Order: sequence, then structure tokens, then C-alpha cells
Amino acid sequence: MNFTNFGRYILLLKAAFKRPEKWKIYIKAIFQQMDFIGVGSLGLISIISTFIGAVMTLQIAFQLVSDFIPKTIIGSVNRDSSILELSPTISAIVLAGKIGSAISSEIGTMRVTEQIDALEIMGINAPGYLILPKIIAGITMVPILVIISMVLSITGGYLGGTLSGAVSPAEYIQGITTDFNPFTIAVALVKAFVFGFIITSVPAYEGFYVKGGALEVAQASTRAVVVSCISILACDYIVTQLML
Amino acid sequence: MIEIKDIHKSFGDNDVLKGISGKFNPGITNLIIGGSGSGKTTLLKCMIGLHHPEKGSVAYDGRDFTQLNTEERIEIRKEIGMLFQGSALFDSMTVEENIMFPLNMFTDQSRSEKLDRVNFCLDRVNLDGKNKLFPAELSGGMKKRVGIARAIAMNPKYLFCDEPNSGLDPKTSIVIDELIKEITEEYNTTTVVVTHDMNSVMGIGDYIMFLHEGKKFWEGSNKEIAKTDIQELNDFVFASRFMKAAKDKF
Repeated sequence: MNFTNFGRYILLLKAAFKRPEKWKIYIKAIFQQMDFIGVGSLGLISIISTFIGAVMTLQIAFQLVSDFIPKTIIGSVNRDSSILELSPTISAIVLAGKIGSAISSEIGTMRVTEQIDALEIMGINAPGYLILPKIIAGITMVPILVIISMVLSITGGYLGGTLSGAVSPAEYIQGITTDFNPFTIAVALVKAFVFGFIITSVPAYEGFYVKGGALEVAQASTRAVVVSCISILACDYIVTQLML
Repeated sequence: MIEIKDIHKSFGDNDVLKGISGKFNPGITNLIIGGSGSGKTTLLKCMIGLHHPEKGSVAYDGRDFTQLNTEERIEIRKEIGMLFQGSALFDSMTVEENIMFPLNMFTDQSRSEKLDRVNFCLDRVNLDGKNKLFPAELSGGMKKRVGIARAIAMNPKYLFCDEPNSGLDPKTSIVIDELIKEITEEYNTTTVVVTHDMNSVMGIGDYIMFLHEGKKFWEGSNKEIAKTDIQELNDFVFASRFMKAAKDKF
């Protein structure tokens, strides 16, 4: 995003956060988006998180082959990796692909088929009506998905570790319960909140200013995913630096 | 009445509109015609605020649209109905939800009152009973009629139509033209239609503004257009053999 685009992005967000014409309609749209972003992504996030947790456990067990290192470490390393990094960031990148491309294509198609013009002619604040419900749904549902992802990732680690014999159930449970710092959850939720905002607002921006036809909508969709992923990684670093 | 004065609009180095003025009166069908690239859609978009003219004014019953702030513009936009070239129906909504959308946004009517209004509008465009269909299930002509129904849902004072006949067969085009004319006369709306369809020009052109290379070249009625000797206008109106033969016979 160059400075011109960043300026337009900020102006679009300013327009999106104007007072809604009618809250009742916006609230209905927010719940629809929460269903789409949250419930609609639950299956994908569950599968990815469980497998990542399982694979992480196996890899940690593979790398920590030493009589001096207790096997309980496998559980605690998997727990902290899942909570601090894997669940928020991998979930956000997956969601940027799934949700981001859908938002960008939806709004982009509305732009090229004059549906956004129709909203504006009616006197409706198009950025507000189209973007605000998505952002609110994003910043509420992504943290919930991340919490679910954390639980499933740690559970996946348990299943992967015990089924393969890399770690015993007792050692794994002892590992995930030893020296737990609840602040890591707070860090993960702050990341999830920021990522939820990025995943919804960046693709909405890319879609809103599409000019042309099907090809440009597709290009905007690709650009939305790429910019979202880079922004997620940059913000991941910034939040980690600030909070840890 | 809508009055435009000295409208200028350019995109980069390309001057699309070069000082267009005119008046569009209520109760009659006002047509803006011209060849491709003549600036008619740009003029329409300047009139409704989708483009911002570099110079000139657009007055809705004396209220200069170009000088208003966003909030004041919204008040005028609530009085505007618009039929888009591609209908611009909301894909995710049914026909009923599309027409009810502006009513939901801007009125405090009960659900039954809104439904009555939706049914009235659908009946007005001869689509009664199609409430639950989605835009993807409609033909081109039906989409246009739903677009008209949505445009008149709020009882607009001003009705704009961008190429209402594009992509339609001649018979359906005539139905749409007649519908626009009937609504204009029935509700005394100020209707502005952008078209290059000669059937529309001859059929419903109470007032016609001809644009050529970004300038107003001619204005008059459909009765006068056949008698004009302006070369550019004749080249446009009587471009087809059929229209030329009809003129010669006339």
C-alpha cells in the first residue's frame, strides 16, 4: 500500500464509521456477517488447528531428544507456541484467504455492477452499510475463532503426541499445566482483534475501489489477500514487540 | 424541475463535457441522446452526484446540488429514483427485499405497510407475485421492471434512467418506455432518460437534448427531430436504413 492508497483507506474507514442510518438494519447485517465469518470458518479453523497442534508436538518431540530435557517440555512448548503464535497468526492468514477474498469479490462485484452507486443514489452511506458490519463481525468473531483454535491446537497436540507414543498423556498434561502465564492469552486476543480488523477492512478497501470488470475484481481479490497477509505479519511483529 | 448550467467535466486531458446547460421539466419524459462517448452518461452521473463537475451547477427545484454538503445531498437523494443500465439489483436480496430496502432504511412504516407498498410497486410494473424471486432468476426485462419498482418505491420527485432499453428485445423495450412515460405523467416526476434507442426517441421523447462531442448540439421534441437539418443529428438519428426510409416516407 503506498501513501495514496493508505490515505484513501483511512478516508474509507472514516466514512464507514459514520453514524448508521438505521441501527436495526446494521445489526441484522452484523449478525449475518458474524455467521459468515465465525460459523462459516469454524470447520476450516478446527481442522487446521488440530493438525497443526499434532504436527507441532511430533516435531518438538523429534527435536528434543535428550535425557536432560523432561518430556513435559513438549506440552509446554506446544501450548505457548499455539497460544502466542500459531493459533492467532495461522488462523488469521487462513481467514485472510477465505474471508478476505470473499469480501473483496463481493464488494468489487457490487462496484462494477453499479450496486454501490445504487446505494449512494438512495442516500445510503455505502461504506457504512457494506463495510462497518464486516469489521464489527471480524473483530468479534476472529478472537472467538482464535480461542477455539488454541484449545483445538493443544488438544491436537495431545492426540498426536499420545497416539504416536512421542509423549505420554500424563507428561503432556503436566507440560501444558506447568508455568502457565495467562498474559499470553491476552497477547493472543489483542493480536486476534487487530487481525480481525485487517482481514475485513483491507479486502473491503480493495473491493470498494475496483474499476473495470471481472478481471479487475479478481485482481483486487488477489491483492486483498496479499496485502492482508503482509499486514498481519507486520502487525504480529509490532504487537509481540509491544506486549512481550 | 432540474436545471443544469454550464456543466464541465474532464477525465485527465479528456474534456468530456464542455459547458452543458438545460432544463428538465416535470411531467414529461426528458431524453438525453448522443453517440457513444458523447458524454450523456457522464452528464447523468454529474446530475446525480456520482461525478463531481469541475464547473457548473445542478439545481433540483432551485436547490443547487453541487453546493450542498453530504447531509444535505442525502435529503435530495431520498427524492431521487434511479434505474441503472444493468438494473443494479442487490444480488443477495429477493425482489421484495430489493424494493423494500429504501423503505426499511428511511421510513418507520410497519412491515405490512411496507409490504403493501412493495406489492403496489410490483403491480405497477406488472410483476405481481414475483416477490420471492432472486435477481438471478429474472429475465433482463423483468430486472429492469424490478429496477423501476425499486426506483418508485419512495415516491420520487426525480426519476433517472440510464439506458433503460439496453440488452432488451424491441417489444420489451417498448413496454419499459411506456412504463417510464406512464409513471412520469401519473406522478408528475421530473424524468431524465439517457438513451441511444431511436424507438424511445420517437416514442416517448417529449423533450430531447442531443449531445455531440461533449456539447449540447440540439434540443427539441420528437416531433421536431424528424424535421431538423442539422447534419450531426441526422447522422445519429437516421443512421439505420430503416429510420432513413421512414424519414423519407414521412
